[in-house]
This record gives sequence, C-alpha cells and structure tokens, in this order.
Amino acid sequence: SFSRPVDEELLEELEEALIMSDIGFQTTTDIINLLRKRIKEKKVSDAEEVKKLLKEIIIELLGNEVRNILPEKTLAVYMVVGVNGVGKTTSIGKMAAYLKNKGYKVMLAAGDTFRAAAIDQLEVWGNRSGIDVIKHQEGADPAAVIFDAIQSAKAKKIDVLICDTAGRLHNKKNLMEELRKINKIIERECPDAYKQTLLVLDATTGQNATIQAKQFMEVSDVNGIILTKLDGTAKGGIVIAINNELKIPVKMIGVGEGIEDLQEFDPTAFANALL
Amino acid sequence: MAFEGLSSKLQEAFKKLKGKGKLTEKDVKDAMREVKLALLEADVNYKVVKDFINTVSERSVGQEVMESLTPAQHVIKIVNEELVTLMGKTESKLNVSSMPPTIIMFVGLQGAGKTTMTGKLALYLKKHNKKPLLVAADVYRPAAIKQLQVLGNQIDVPVFSLGDKVSPVDIAKAGVENAKKIGADYVIIDTAGRLHIDEQLMDELKNIKEAINPNDIMLVVDAMTGQDAVNVAEQFNASLDITGVILTKLDGDTRGGAALSIRAVTGKPIKFAGVGEKLSDLEVFHPDRMASRILGM
Ligand SMILES: Nc1nc2c(ncn2[C@@H]2O[C@H](COP(=O)(O)OP(=O)(O)OP(=O)(O)O)[C@@H](O)[C@H]2O)c(=O)[nH]1
Ligand SMILES: Nc1nc2c(ncn2[C@@H]2O[C@H](COP(=O)(O)OP(=O)(O)OP(=O)(O)O)[C@@H](O)[C@H]2O)c(=O)[nH]1
Ligand SMILES: [K+]
Ligand SMILES: [Mg+2]
Ligand SMILES: [Mg+2]
Repeated sequence: SFSRPVDEELLEELEEALIMSDIGFQTTTDIINLLRKRIKEKKVSDAEEVKKLLKEIIIELLGNEVRNILPEKTLAVYMVVGVNGVGKTTSIGKMAAYLKNKGYKVMLAAGDTFRAAAIDQLEVWGNRSGIDVIKHQEGADPAAVIFDAIQSAKAKKIDVLICDTAGRLHNKKNLMEELRKINKIIERECPDAYKQTLLVLDATTGQNATIQAKQFMEVSDVNGIILTKLDGTAKGGIVIAINNELKIPVKMIGVGEGIEDLQEFDPTAFANALL
Repeated sequence: MAFEGLSSKLQEAFKKLKGKGKLTEKDVKDAMREVKLALLEADVNYKVVKDFINTVSERSVGQEVMESLTPAQHVIKIVNEELVTLMGKTESKLNVSSMPPTIIMFVGLQGAGKTTMTGKLALYLKKHNKKPLLVAADVYRPAAIKQLQVLGNQIDVPVFSLGDKVSPVDIAKAGVENAKKIGADYVIIDTAGRLHIDEQLMDELKNIKEAINPNDIMLVVDAMTGQDAVNVAEQFNASLDITGVILTKLDGDTRGGAALSIRAVTGKPIKFAGVGEKLSDLEVFHPDRMASRILGM
C-alpha cells in the first residue's frame, strides 16, 4: 500500500476522530497542536507515523502505566460514587470478585437505600461471589449502613470493604452533602484505613463527565475512575481531558455486564482502541 | 458554565461590526466558529454540527441585519430558528390504539432510565384517568423485576411478571393478554438495557415487536450521552423503526446535545423528558426549550 501525505486533511481527520471519541474540543485542539509541533520536530512525512505520534501523546496524557484497585494496605475502605445509572453497583459486584480472586477478604455495604431494589441488586452480586453484604431497610440512613459495615468489617477482619452509594446528580446539593457526611464517618471510625473514593463514569457520557468529576471532587478525595460500558461503540475519550485537567487516573474499565467484565486500565490498549 | 455566553462570545466576534448592514462571509465565518464550539461543548454530534453550520451559514451570509438587532443577535436568531426546526416545532403525543390496549415498549442502552420511565409514564397515564399495566420483560439485570414491582407499588399500578425463567417475548405476549383480561387500556413493557451492537439482544427486541405489534416503541436516552448518541439511535431505529424518543436525567446540568443529534439522524420526535428520580418527575418534551438549553441561553 502507498502511504498518504502528511497534510491538513490528515490532521483534520484525526481531529474529527478525537472529537468523536468525546475528548472535547479544547483538549482535542491542544493535542493536535502538540502533534503539529512533534511532526515538525521529528520531520515526520508518513501518515502512519503521525498516527503513532498521536497515540504516544495520548498515552503520555494518560500516564503510561497499567493501573488497578489493589489496596496498599488493609483494612481498605472503598467508596464508589457517581451519577445515576453509570454502573456503580455492577462494578462493585465485579470488583468484589476481582479482589477475592487476588486473595482479599471482601465485604460489601448497601449504601444505596434509595433506589428501588438497589439493595436486592447488590445482594445478587454478593451471592455470585459468596461475599457478605451489610444492609439496612430501603429508606434507611446510608451513613448508618456504612457505620455498621465498618464495625462489622473490623470485627471480621475484612481486607476490603466496598460501599455502594445511591446515584446522584452532582448538581443536587443535599445529596452531595450526604457523601461528605459519610466520608467523615469513615475518617472517624477507621482513621488508619486505606481509603479510596472511586468515581464511576459511563463511557457513553459526553462533556458533562468533567463537571461530574469536579463536583464529586468537592465533597470527596476522588482517587480514581472506573470507566464503564467500553464494550459499546463509545470510546470514553473524556477521561483523557479529566486525567489531564483534574489529575484523576482511570484505574479499571468495565467491558460488559458479566462478573469478569472488569479490567485493569491499560493506557496503551485504550489509545489503540481510540484511534 | 463553559459557555453561559454564546451570546456574549458572538457579541465579541461582531464587535468590529457596528450598526446595521449586511452580514459578510467573513463575519459569518467568525460567528460560526463560536457556534460550532458551543454545539460541540453541548455534545452535539460532530457530523450533525457540520451540517448545521452549513445550513446556518448559507442563511446568514448576505442577510440584511434588522434595525432592532445587532449582528450578533441576528445570527443567534437564525441559529435558534434552525435549531427549533431541527428539533421539531411542536410537542408530540403518544400513539393511541383505536382498539385498547395501547402497547408501549421501552428500549435503550443499559442504565438509561427505562425502568424508572415506565413507572413515570404509568403514573402520568393514571393521572389522566387511564388504566396502565406494567410488564416486567427484563430477565437479565439483577433485581430488575423487583425494581419494577417496587415502582408499581409506589403508584398503585399492577405489574405483570412471569419471573426471570421465561423468554421476554413470551412475557410480553402474556402481558398484553393479561392487560385485556384485567381491562387495562395501556400496556407498558420494560425491557433489559442492551447495546445497539448486540445482535442477539437486538433480535430479541425485534421478536417482541413482531409478537405484540406495539403502538409506540420509545428509545430511552440519557441526556448526558456524548458523540455516540447517533450510533445508538441509528441502530435502534434501523432495527426497530422506533416511534419516539425519551430523554432522561435532564434535571442535571448537561446541555443535552444528544437530543439534537438523535433528532437529526432519526427524524423521530422526542416525546417526554425525565427530570428527576421521583415518579412524578416527567415532563412533556418542549423542542423549543431544548434548543435554548443546548445553546446555553
Ligand atoms: N454493557 C455494559 N453494561 C454495564 C456495564 N457496567 C454496568 N452495566 C449495566 O448498566 C446498568 C446500570 O448499572 P448499575 O450498576 O445498576 O448502575 P448504578 O450506577 O449502580 O445505577 P444507580 O444505582 O441507579 O445510580 C445495568 O444494566 C448494568 O448491567 C459495562 O461495563 N458494560
Ligand atoms: N436524576 C435523574 N435520575 C434518573 C432519571 N431517570 C432515571 N434516573 C435514575 O437513573 C438510574 C437508572 O435508572 P433505571 O430506570 O434503572 O435505568 P434502566 O434503563 O432501566 O437500566 P437497565 O435496566 O439496567 O438498563 C436510577 O438511579 C434512576 O433513579 C431522571 O430523569 N433524573
Ligand atoms: K448512562
Ligand atoms: Mg446502584
Ligand atoms: Mg431497567
């Protein structure tokens, strides 16, 4: 095959691909500008080489290392947060299996007491990998559920406690305050624990994901992102902007509805799928 | 907010152009850059944006600017008019069967808000003195049936279920039969979330459609959806010839450009909007309001 020239048309095509992957206009422009600079510096004249350069830039922006959610020490308490329907509860089900397979003793807390049948849903997931779920009634105070779960996790010498929370839109102030309150309880009840707040983002989400990340950062120390639904045709490019701008790394990705459809995040694989 | 001011940005772009006169190609080009940015920030699909910009540019170049408007206001007016045209001018209603029951089927991606929306629509119909029946045809998602039962219970609407060991096609058929038996005039069928590229599950929907011949097939879409909205809508439409769209989670702060993309690629009307988690949080969709929202005005 003959190679195409490096011209404006090529750059426009790449720009289009980036925008279509939800990276956003600003970040796309920044990336394309950087690409132009590197093409010049390296005197690249082959289109395939340009594509390679672009992938390199994206991998740099994402931080070139495979990441995961293995705890640095135990007891570890993971809060899983995010807007409605992104895949929190399902991801918890998968995370529990993932961590159990790595040899950790896991417990789940049914901190979504609001959504219809959210507790039952989490219990189904707990059963699938034989993991205890601490729960109260529907409508109960989520903070009280988390409090009980921490006591139980301590008593049973659990390694990782994963807390489900109700989906909440980041512009709902009182619900965001509720998260702050739960964080305080965790801080108070197990100050020495390894604490992680994981923000679940749906890969089909567009530019609003950045605002979601910012708002959840205001009430929690968000340590990482779980990017779900990458088995569809959406690319989830917005996480590049989020990683770049807000310094929150993606740690795991969801690639289906099954218990094994959770993978450690690999920037290279992600960049390859993007372009 | 990112572009609270498309208006102010356009004012900026036209600063040099004082008073009235004709809009030149150059003026329009500068303005269109801002419009393009605004639409992309709002998640309108890139290809849809390009077409849209072309249409608006063509209309704008050479236009006499009206006395009462600045050039910026004038372009905004044209943009707004074209957006409203694209979104559809009037509200759309449910397709009602001449012979009850009217059958409505909900489809869409995982987590879009289908199950919640079936509950919302049932409550809406009930408030209009109708007698709806909810049918639990999601046999895959953990506790999906329970979720629908809890919602039905909250609004005192019956929920038909055959558990999760029966095929969704058979559940849907039996659900419609049950509606006739109990004298329900609307049957609302909740289906499992699925990917538009999942052939097997898309076939399942086709089979349900074939079996019960619904009056409305509503594609439920999360308003926060990005560029992928067109793929999703195109493929659901190609498989099922959907009759309408429902946009959920509009209570958030997303611009909701997906609405425009979907409308542009399918031509199907958006009929309702979900504006919260409560079952009363349902609104009839107003295309004109959506146009302003997308532009951030
Ligand atoms: N295709 C696909 N579907 C997923 C993935 N992760 C979750 N889902 C589906 O997305 C839907 C919503 O998932 P949930 O886990 O209930 O989402 P949630 O964030 O807990 O939702 P709320 O608690 O209602 O806010 C379910 O149908 C899941 O099966 C994924 O990686 N791929
Ligand atoms: N804020 C807000 N949340 C909504 C709205 N509609 C639905 N939700 C929430 O979105 C989440 C997912 O809703 P579901 O009705 O379970 O979505 P679904 O499409 O049936 O999901 P699957 O069956 O898993 O595909 C739940 O937390 C709902 O409460 C809405 O209009 N606004
Ligand atoms: K979603
Ligand atoms: Mg959940
Ligand atoms: Mg559902």
